[in-house]
Amino acid sequence: MKQKTFLISGFIASLFLAGIVSFYASSHPDGLEKVASDIGFIDSAEDHTNSDGILADYGVKGIDNSRLSTGAAGVIGVVATGVVSTGLFFLIRRKSGD
Amino acid sequence: MHIPDGFIDLPTSAGFAVVAAAGVAISIRGAKSSLDEKTAPLAGLTATFIFAVQMLNFPVAAGTSGHLLGAALAAVLIGPYAATLAITIVLILQALLFADGGLSALGLSIFNMSLVGVWVGYGVFLIIKMIMPKQKISISIASAIAALLSVPAAAAGFVLQYAIGANATFSVSTVFTAMIGTHFLIGIGEALITFFAVGAVLASRSDLVYGYKNETSKLEIRAN
Repeated sequence: MKQKTFLISGFIASLFLAGIVSFYASSHPDGLEKVASDIGFIDSAEDHTNSDGILADYGVKGIDNSRLSTGAAGVIGVVATGVVSTGLFFLIRRKSGD
Repeated sequence: MHIPDGFIDLPTSAGFAVVAAAGVAISIRGAKSSLDEKTAPLAGLTATFIFAVQMLNFPVAAGTSGHLLGAALAAVLIGPYAATLAITIVLILQALLFADGGLSALGLSIFNMSLVGVWVGYGVFLIIKMIMPKQKISISIASAIAALLSVPAAAAGFVLQYAIGANATFSVSTVFTAMIGTHFLIGIGEALITFFAVGAVLASRSDLVYGYKNETSKLEIRAN
């Protein structure tokens, strides 16, 4: 497989997972949350600084359909992570000739 | 395992933020040698894929879910330094964009997942790889065992932070037992996902797998 094909396939798979499969993810609390609520220290948690942000909790504010809202948030997250991380990794890479 | 604000007091959070920042600075220097025109986009894809899979919570026990951490996966695919950076980028974006993981707790989470998770995962991977036959399947198995142990290791990082600076007063040993037990179960899911993800990359482009490439390049030098 060509490197370009590999990268594009991986990116499309990421879009598919975050944009479509994410709707079917378990909504139970994760390990830390569950332990915190079982033991009782969940009460010390504070609201997130950005809890009113337009993408808070992996949903797009204003989209009522939860499938669309989660999917759109996932797609935005994948594109944002892809752009930011690839950009940063290019910035710090070994330049040819180093 | 994204820590919300408030669990751990601010002095402890600040202390771990300093350690996390030092770890990231070292990783930027360390990653330079493994990142070039060809591997930089692969590192970006690894971060992107981990972000996507972290959205997929799977059920682990009654009323509990877990999702991929990706620390061992990233360490095997792109090397431990670049993996630290990849997980860190994912954690920062999740906290800033999606309100997942508190901002004051970011240093705590980066310490647990980007540093402890990645380096314990990579260490276990190297040890298992050393004692296994030199085959592709050994790389997948070593990755899976590394993944299995990296999750409770990261959870132990949280217990350490809880012991130093919890705002609550529940006993550390209770928190330790619950955190390690739950995250060992999540580690089983982590191991399965990592096994198949590493296997898929090995099958299509094994030359891109850092933990496999190192092996073959060493053999080439010996053959010369």
